[in-house]
Amino acid sequence: MEGLEKYLGEIPAWCPGCGNFAILRAFKEALAAEGIEPYRLCIVSGIGQAGKFPHYVRCNTFNGLHGRALPVATGIKVANHEMLVAAVGGDGDMYGEGGNHLLHAIRRNIGVKLFVHDNQIYGLTKGQASPTSMEGMVTKNQPLGVLSGQLNPMAMAVALDCGFVARGYAGDHEHLKALIRSAFNHKGFSIVDILQPCVSLNKVNTYEWYGKRVYHIGDDHDPSDRMKAFARALEWGDRIPIGVIYRNDRPSFESRLPMIAARPLVDGVGKWQELKEKLAGSLNEFR
Amino acid sequence: MDYSLKIGGEAGQGIQTVGDALAKVLCRFGYHVFTNQDYESRIRGGHNFYQIRLSDRPIRAPRRPLDILLAFDRESIPAHQAEVREEGIIAYDSSLLKESFAGPQFLDIPFVKLATDTGASRIVANTVATGAILGMLGFSLDPLFDILTVLLKRKDARTREQNRLAAVAGHEYAVKNCGRCSFSPASTGVPKMLVGGSEAVGFGALAAGCMFYSAYPMTPSTGIMTYLGARAKEYGIVVEQAEDEIAAINMALGASFAGVRSMTGTSGGGFALMVEGLSLAAMTETPIVIALAQRPGPATGLPTKTEQGDLFFALYAGHGEFPRVIFAPGNPEQAIRLTAKAFDISQKYQIPVLVMTDQYLADTQWTLDNVALDNLPMKDYRTDAAEIDGLDTYARHAFTASGVSPFGIPGKTKHVVVTDSDEHNEAGHIIEDKALRSKMVEKRLFLKLENIRKEIAAPVFLGSAAPETVIISWGSTYGVVREAVESMGDEKIAMLHFSEIYPLPGLQSFDYVEVLKKARRTICVESNATGQFARLLKAETGYTVTDRVLRYDGRPFLVEELLEELRGRA
Repeated sequence: MEGLEKYLGEIPAWCPGCGNFAILRAFKEALAAEGIEPYRLCIVSGIGQAGKFPHYVRCNTFNGLHGRALPVATGIKVANHEMLVAAVGGDGDMYGEGGNHLLHAIRRNIGVKLFVHDNQIYGLTKGQASPTSMEGMVTKNQPLGVLSGQLNPMAMAVALDCGFVARGYAGDHEHLKALIRSAFNHKGFSIVDILQPCVSLNKVNTYEWYGKRVYHIGDDHDPSDRMKAFARALEWGDRIPIGVIYRNDRPSFESRLPMIAARPLVDGVGKWQELKEKLAGSLNEFR
Repeated sequence: MDYSLKIGGEAGQGIQTVGDALAKVLCRFGYHVFTNQDYESRIRGGHNFYQIRLSDRPIRAPRRPLDILLAFDRESIPAHQAEVREEGIIAYDSSLLKESFAGPQFLDIPFVKLATDTGASRIVANTVATGAILGMLGFSLDPLFDILTVLLKRKDARTREQNRLAAVAGHEYAVKNCGRCSFSPASTGVPKMLVGGSEAVGFGALAAGCMFYSAYPMTPSTGIMTYLGARAKEYGIVVEQAEDEIAAINMALGASFAGVRSMTGTSGGGFALMVEGLSLAAMTETPIVIALAQRPGPATGLPTKTEQGDLFFALYAGHGEFPRVIFAPGNPEQAIRLTAKAFDISQKYQIPVLVMTDQYLADTQWTLDNVALDNLPMKDYRTDAAEIDGLDTYARHAFTASGVSPFGIPGKTKHVVVTDSDEHNEAGHIIEDKALRSKMVEKRLFLKLENIRKEIAAPVFLGSAAPETVIISWGSTYGVVREAVESMGDEKIAMLHFSEIYPLPGLQSFDYVEVLKKARRTICVESNATGQFARLLKAETGYTVTDRVLRYDGRPFLVEELLEELRGRA
């Protein structure tokens, strides 16, 4: 696809064949299709293989701490809500270390677009179980098999009344690209959980494994019906639905802040004269 | 003139309302007022007190004995009777305490009956008591009426009238029945401002152009969020209660990266959660101001009491090596000035700056004549977007002679702004190269530190110019130490107070180490168990104090007790 040169970033340090390459390409194509200039986009990430993502896209970048991308993204979105702010991370980063922030980002409905590279395994630390690893999966660090239940991020997001809940698959390029574009255009918080085979470390959830199971959610599904969405979100096993599971139009956090109705917060910085007049009033309150 | 009064009662009885109203009235008369509070970690019950001291000359600490004790609960009597001077008055309502007390000090005033006689509810007994105290002291009620109008602006006309009548009833009763009330107030002066420690930090942040504050409530830091939150709409700032302190600091860093001056505030336990974020601020060179309002630890400690136990924690918090600045104001005037300076330094050098207070300072109120807004550093250090647009490439972490890189704002320039918690190159991308790593450490740490040191002001030095005894203090003990030193009336004594504590002030403008070396006795006064400031002083200057006065029971120093200690050692 043409017009991707402007998003050219650093050379990826991912393993050959990694599902992340497909996500990267779909993401850039979605940006080009939406006409988003690199300087109008900010990607926030944490730590993990997915955490390196913003370096591979030319864009404003805050690659912060493990699990903490969402609070940073929240601060950026509040400071300048005119920017497209995305958070990118893996299943360990977003569902493990940063789980609490995810709950509250959904509650706030901050207009941040979250893309989770969900490979059901830890990559950077080499093969430990993640919150989405299937129960019983044996790893070097879980020799008894994973004892904890598998987190279902889609069901959790629907339960929390998240504004936009979707699942994509790195092996289904056009479908993923369309999902990313829909997430960009959603006003509130969006979560896109992207199934992404880890070719080096996850020998269970492979391209072949996913290929046999994923199916497109059809037009018969009404994503505004929360109960049906919840039922769809619970599907996991022989058949795994991909597509938009749930959406609603709850007003975004930033749209409810009167302070930024007229101008982005960042545009109010450094207005010293305006400030001094208000300060004089506040001093009077001490009298 | 120098009077002290104490209001004691259970949580929820409204002693703070009475105290605040009285303190404000006394400020309007133009007196110097000092208030402090002691409360327990509970919503209802327990025993709390609010102490007010007033004088016609500057005052900086609570004193004993008390002239008036206003007892709203039974516990106030055994807890504070001994603090009341012999000719003093203990005002109480026998119907409220369910007991009558004999003795010339006691004055039974039917606060509740006088309140309900106006048709009002029992809570208006507070207003009766406020009027009564003003009557005892020989003051008029006029300023109280003004203050009640503001306090009750959301209430109906009937409630306002009942409160007015209640104040008059209390005032009249006290004037008529207080036989031993022989106060002779000095003539009134120019009305003053009454500013609390938490409010001062909040006001300092506003004055510095803070536009984003995210925090998780934690005593005794919550007052800052409350102050800013109440003014969010007026100032167009966003105050967000985060899900935890980790989120609080990371949100503030996000907003700061995006060009908005940001702050967070917490106490020790919450700061422990913020520590990784502190290190992130340093690595990404993102400015941030952190208010650290100390309380006694370890762990939950004494949630509503005071201590200066977190100096070393603040000093060494965060993995890796990076520059930081720590301020510890000694009074609200310093809290305003130093919070504003914290923002200025943080923006100028793109580093984290901490403002350390404690429960004592947070909950004391001092009078100020005014705050000179023109002396505050209102300067924008962000690089103009047009200037960055003119560059072929922009690098957020570009090497410069000062170590400070041009501060580009994402979304405002056509270039992209990139930063990373990993070690990075000038452009902000991940590197592992050893030469580049060393150069980045030198940029972030050594180059900046050299200039940062020049920003730090000398300590306050008061008293003898060539003292034999020097009392050293830092942060919130300023007022108590100053009152103690002045009370000693010793010509050979001086005090040295540090409010800009890290890096320690240089010796070029004032060689305080030389002063200490020449003194016979140097006593460091601190509210902690291990003398942390004395140890910092030794680590940074090589000077060892000769003596220390340490208090770690969670209570503030009292002038009288400190005097005793100092007289024993000086």
